[in-house]
Amino acid sequence: MGAEFVALSLPPILIGSLAALACALPGNFLLLRRQALIGDAISHVVLPGIVVGFLLTGTVSTWPMLLGAAAAALVAVGAIQLIQRIGRIEPGAAMGVVFTTLFAAGVLLLEQSDTSNVHLDVQHALYGNLESLIWIDATGWQSLLDPEALAWMPPELIRMALVCLIVMAFIGLLWRPLAISTFDEGFARTLGIPATLLGLALVTVSAIAAVAAFDAVGSIIVIAMFICPPATARLMTDRLAVQVALSAVFALVSAVVGYVLAGYGPIWLGYADAVSAAGMIATVSGLLLAAAALVGPRRRGQSA
Amino acid sequence: MGDAPLRVRGLTVSYGASPAVFSADMTVAPGAMTAIIGPNGAGKSTLLKAVLGIVPRVSGQIEVFGAALERQRARIAYVPQRASVDWDFPTRVIDVVEMGLYRRVGLIGRLTRQHRATAGDCLARVGMSDFATRQIGQLSGGQQQRVFLARALAQGADLYMLDEPFAGVDAATEKAIIDVLKSLKDEGRTILAVHHDLSTVPDYFDRVFVINKSPVAEGTVAQAFTQDTLQQAYGGRLATGLLDQLFPATPAAAAPAFPARPS
Amino acid sequence: MIDIGYNATLVAIGAGLLGIAAGVIGAFLYLRKRSLVSDAISHATLPGVALAFLVMVALGGDGRNLVALLAGAALSALAGLGVVHWLNQRTRLGEDAAIGAVLSVFFGFGVVLLTVIQTIGAGRQAGLETFLLGSTAGMLRADAWVIAAGGALSLLACTILRRPMTMVSFDPEYAATQGLNPARVDMAMMALALAVTVVGLKIVGLILIVALLILPAVAARFWTERSEVVALLAGLFGGVSGTAGAVISSLAPDLPTGPIIVLVAAAVFIASLLLAPQRGVMAGALEWLRFRHRVHMRQGLLALAHGHTVYEPYTMRLLRGAGLIRADGVATEKGRAHAARAALDERRWQHLRSRSENAALAARYDGLTPVETWLTPDQIATLDREMTGSGGAA
Ligand SMILES: Nc1ncnc2c1ncn2[C@@H]1O[C@H](COP(=O)(O)OP(=O)(O)O)[C@@H](O)[C@H]1O
Ligand SMILES: [Mg+2]
Repeated sequence: MGAEFVALSLPPILIGSLAALACALPGNFLLLRRQALIGDAISHVVLPGIVVGFLLTGTVSTWPMLLGAAAAALVAVGAIQLIQRIGRIEPGAAMGVVFTTLFAAGVLLLEQSDTSNVHLDVQHALYGNLESLIWIDATGWQSLLDPEALAWMPPELIRMALVCLIVMAFIGLLWRPLAISTFDEGFARTLGIPATLLGLALVTVSAIAAVAAFDAVGSIIVIAMFICPPATARLMTDRLAVQVALSAVFALVSAVVGYVLAGYGPIWLGYADAVSAAGMIATVSGLLLAAAALVGPRRRGQSA
Repeated sequence: MGDAPLRVRGLTVSYGASPAVFSADMTVAPGAMTAIIGPNGAGKSTLLKAVLGIVPRVSGQIEVFGAALERQRARIAYVPQRASVDWDFPTRVIDVVEMGLYRRVGLIGRLTRQHRATAGDCLARVGMSDFATRQIGQLSGGQQQRVFLARALAQGADLYMLDEPFAGVDAATEKAIIDVLKSLKDEGRTILAVHHDLSTVPDYFDRVFVINKSPVAEGTVAQAFTQDTLQQAYGGRLATGLLDQLFPATPAAAAPAFPARPS
Repeated sequence: MIDIGYNATLVAIGAGLLGIAAGVIGAFLYLRKRSLVSDAISHATLPGVALAFLVMVALGGDGRNLVALLAGAALSALAGLGVVHWLNQRTRLGEDAAIGAVLSVFFGFGVVLLTVIQTIGAGRQAGLETFLLGSTAGMLRADAWVIAAGGALSLLACTILRRPMTMVSFDPEYAATQGLNPARVDMAMMALALAVTVVGLKIVGLILIVALLILPAVAARFWTERSEVVALLAGLFGGVSGTAGAVISSLAPDLPTGPIIVLVAAAVFIASLLLAPQRGVMAGALEWLRFRHRVHMRQGLLALAHGHTVYEPYTMRLLRGAGLIRADGVATEKGRAHAARAALDERRWQHLRSRSENAALAARYDGLTPVETWLTPDQIATLDREMTGSGGAA
C-alpha cells in the first residue's frame, strides 16, 4: 500500500491540493469584488496562450507555453478593463466578449497548426490529467527523504508549490490594503493606496495561479476552485480572515475527497476504471457549496 | 502656518459632454467649519470628489496645505455621503474603524494594543462603542454614518471633508455628529462639509461656499450666506417661506458675486 | 453562388437563423445586464447530454439521437438555471458567483459522466466531445434539419415575445404597471436563451455558444440608444455572423465552424467599438478633446477678463495659439475683445439664473454655451436692460 500510494496517489493529491489552494485564496477577494468570473475568463484564454507559445517556439516545452498562457491571461484582463472603460460596457459582457473571442482564436490556431503529433488538445486543456502525475521513482514513504528519488518528483508539484507560496506571500503581505480596497475602493484611494494597481496585481496573481494550476490539473478545477470554496466560506462567517481560512479548508477537502472518490469510488462500486479526478473535485466543491447554501449559518445576507 | 488647508483654482469637472462643476475657485480657511451649499445637482459632491482625486478633472489646480494632494494624503479625511460599499462585506464595525489607522500602521505593520485602543476611542467619540463587534450591515443608516465618521477620526487628519453628514440621519445621530465636528474644530482642525439644511447653517458653521455649477459666493456666514447669494444659487428653487425665516426683513449685504476669487 | 453542398447550405441557413435569434435574445439579456447567465446555461448542458446518452444506451440504443441529446441538454441547463436563480435569491451570493459556481460544477460533473461513458464502453462515446466545440463536418442530414428547424423556431418565439421583452428590459417597473409580470418575462427570456444555446450546441459548441449571445448584442449597443433598434441590429449582426461563419468554414477542411462564426462576430464588435458615431471610441476621444479645448478656452478668456493668473499650461498654449495673448502672457487686442465678450456672457447667465422665472433656461447653463444660443437678439436686449436697471454686476 505504502509504496503504491506514495508513487501513484500522493503526488496527484498534493498537486491537486496545492492547485486548489492557490486558486481559492485569491478567489476570496475576487468574489468580494464581484469579479468572481475573472477566473472563468482567465482559464478560457489559457488555450490561445499556450497555442501561441507553441507556435512561437515550435516545441512543446513547458516554460514557453506557461509564459504564453500567462501573457494571454494578462492581455485578456487588460482588454476586459479597456473595453469596459472606453466602450462603457458592463463588466460581465466585457468579459464574455474577450474570452470567447480569444478562445475562438485559440481553437482556430490549433486547428490550423500542425499539432497533431504533439499532445496539445482542447480536452487536455479542459480536464487536465491529474491521474498521470505520478512519481515513478518512489518506493515508499522513505523516498520522501531520498534526494535521489526526490529529484524525480513530477515537476508540476514543485511548480505548483512555488506558485502557492507566491500567492500566499502576496495575500499575507498585502492583506490590509487588499482588504481595505476590496471593502471601499474610494476610501482606499483617499488613503493613497494605489487601488487600481492593487486590483491589477490581484488579477495577475490569480492569473499565475490559474496558469500553473491549469497546466497541472486542467481548467475545470481552476474555475471551480476560484469560486466554490470562497463562496462556501462566505456563507459560513462574517469575518474576512475566517472566510479566507475556511475557503482554504474547503479547497483542500474538495481536492482530497474528490481525488479519492474519482480513484476509488468506481472500484468500490465494482467498476474497473477511475473517473475524471478534475471533474470529481469540481463536483465535490459544488456539493460543499450546496450544503452551505442550505444550512450555512450566514447564508442570508443583509438584503437577501 | 500660512498655507490654506485647501486651495482650488479653476476647477472644472465633467462626467460627460457638459461640466458638473465649472471653473470653481475656493480657499478654505484654517481651523474653521465651512459649509458647501447649493441646490441638488449643483456639483457639491463632485467638487469634493475632484479635490480628492476620486473623479478626474478637466482642468484646475488643487493645493492641500500648500502642496500637491499626493504629498498630503495623510492630512485629509473624507466621509462620503453614503459609502457605496457592499454592506454584506465580512467585516465588523471595529475592523472598519481600524482601516482608518492604515497610514499609521503601515503596509505590513501589525496592529498594536495602542492602535486598538485608538480605534476604540474613536468609536466611543461617536457613541458607538456598544456595536464594535457587529457586522457592518447590521446597523441603521445613521449608525453606519457614525462608524464612517469614526473611521475618519482614526485617520487623525487636519482637514475633514464630509459629504452631507446629516442627510437622512436621526436626531440623535445629528447631535452626535455635530458634537464631534465641533470638538475637532476645538482641536484646531479644519472642517469642510457639504450641507443640505439651510436652516442650520448659521448654527453649525462659520463660513460658507455657495455653488451652482460655478461658484457663487464664499466667505463668513455673515458675508456670503445672504438672501442675494442664495437667490443666485437656487434661482426659483427656494421656498419664499424659508427665505423669510432665514432673513427676517434684514436688507441683504452686498456680496461679491463673481469673481469669488479674492483679489 | 458558391456551391457548398446541401448539408452545408442547411447548416448555413440554420446558423443564420440561430444567429438572428441569439442576437435578439442576447440584446435583451445585455440590456438586463445578465449576459453571462448564458455562460452558466451552456456549460450546464454537458451533464444532460451525457445522461441522455447513458439513458439511451441503457435502453439499448446507440445513443446518437440528436433530439434526445438536445432534450437532455435542455433539462440539465434548466436545472443549472434554477440553481443560479436559487443561489442568487436565497443566499447572499451575487449572480456572478452563482453563475461561476454552476458553470464549473455542472461542467465538472459532466466531465465525470463522460469518463463514466468511456468506462462502460470505450469508443462508443464518439461524438459527445463534439458538443464542446461544435462540429458540422460529416453531419447527418436529419441533424442539419433539426438545427435549421430549431433556429427557425427560436426566431419565431423571439418575434412573438419581442414587445414584452423590450418593455421589461427598458423599464421593468413601468412594464409591471402595464400588466406585464417582469419575473415571468425574464423567465421567458431565459427559456429562449436556453433554446438558442441548445440548438447551437452542435454547430458552435457549448464553450463558444455564449459568444453568439453576447458579441452581436454588445456590438449593436454602440450604434443606438433605443432598445428595439439594439435588438434588431443585434439580430442582423448575429445572422450575418452565423451565415458568413458557416459558409467560410465550409470552404476549407480545417476551418472549424464555431470559432469562425465567433471570430466574424468579434470583427463586427471591434468595428463597432471603434467606429460607431456616438458611443464609439474614436468619436468619444474626439469629443473629449473638443470638450477640453472649449473648457480651457472659456476659462482662459474669463481669467483674462478678470485679470487672473492662468495656472494651466494647456490653457496658456491655447490662448497663445489662437493669438489671444502674446508670448509674455499679456492679452492682445483680439484677446481683450474675446475676453470681454465671455465676461459679458457670464454676467448675463448670472443674472438669468438668479431669477426664479428663468428656471427652465437656467438649467441649460453649463459654463460653456453662450446665452445667445438660447435667446433671440430681442430677448438679449431686454436682458441687458434688466441688468443695468437692477444694477447687476458691472
Ligand atoms: N457618476 C456620475 N456620472 C454621471 N453624472 C454624474 C455622476 N455623479 C454626478 N453626476 C451629475 O453631476 C451633477 C452634479 O452632481 P453632484 O455633484 O452629485 O451634485 P450635488 O452633490 O450638488 O447634489 C448632477 O447633474 C449629476 O447628475
Ligand atoms: Mg451630493
